[in-house]
Amino acid sequence: MATKVKKMLFILSKATIENVYAAFIMANGARMEGIEAEIFFTFFGLEAIEKKKLEHLKVATVGNPAMHIPTLLGGLPGVEAFATKMMKKEMEKLDMPPIDEFLEILSDSGVSLWACKLAVDMFHLEEKDLIDDLDGILTIGDFYNRADVEGTQLLFI
Amino acid sequence: MEKIIANKTIEINEEGYLTDFSQWDKEVGTALAEEKNIEMTDMHWMVIDYLQGKHKNEEALSIRGIKKSGKFNIKEFYKLFPGGPLKISTLIAGIPKPKSCI
Repeated sequence: MATKVKKMLFILSKATIENVYAAFIMANGARMEGIEAEIFFTFFGLEAIEKKKLEHLKVATVGNPAMHIPTLLGGLPGVEAFATKMMKKEMEKLDMPPIDEFLEILSDSGVSLWACKLAVDMFHLEEKDLIDDLDGILTIGDFYNRADVEGTQLLFI
Repeated sequence: MEKIIANKTIEINEEGYLTDFSQWDKEVGTALAEEKNIEMTDMHWMVIDYLQGKHKNEEALSIRGIKKSGKFNIKEFYKLFPGGPLKISTLIAGIPKPKSCI
């Protein structure tokens, strides 16, 4: 299938599991179709590439109508952890890799992984706090320059 | 539909994938690869052999599976079959295009 999309640029601004996986699966899917892909991690999205945090991402149980539980219940201790455990179990059944392995797959597949400079500064992070596979820390201007290719699509998650 | 390749008639679907694996042989694989501008090497055949083995055992193919294969890694896989490694390699291998999203 010939596609007009040549390059997908994802901006990941959230660290809830459902959003992180959406970005990862779409970036990987793009590479599998011969489309270039890059991910720019900004704001809370940075947690997905923080060595200490990436294994502890959670599903949003509050303010998420699709959970089909009362918001008040979603905020009770343990509910978030339980929902996360259940979701991870379902994902494992579909052979979806955990975050750390998924990042390796993305990097090996040629997906460039970028951290947002402003967010890195704001959260007082250093390069050593972030995954080794990171391609670098960029300003938003640098990132826009990477979009300057015909057939590029930008997606904010 | 029918397609004539390497002096043989093969049955393919609308995406070009063989619908009957018994019609596949190395000449067919080589010719299908040529259409994708790929010149087959020992390394390519090793991958094709791996994919066909998985298909025979009815194991689903995914990029994660490639990582776990222990025979070749994802970087090599992308280099061997540029422009969508799993869909191109399965086409050459004469097996169905994987349905998984991962």
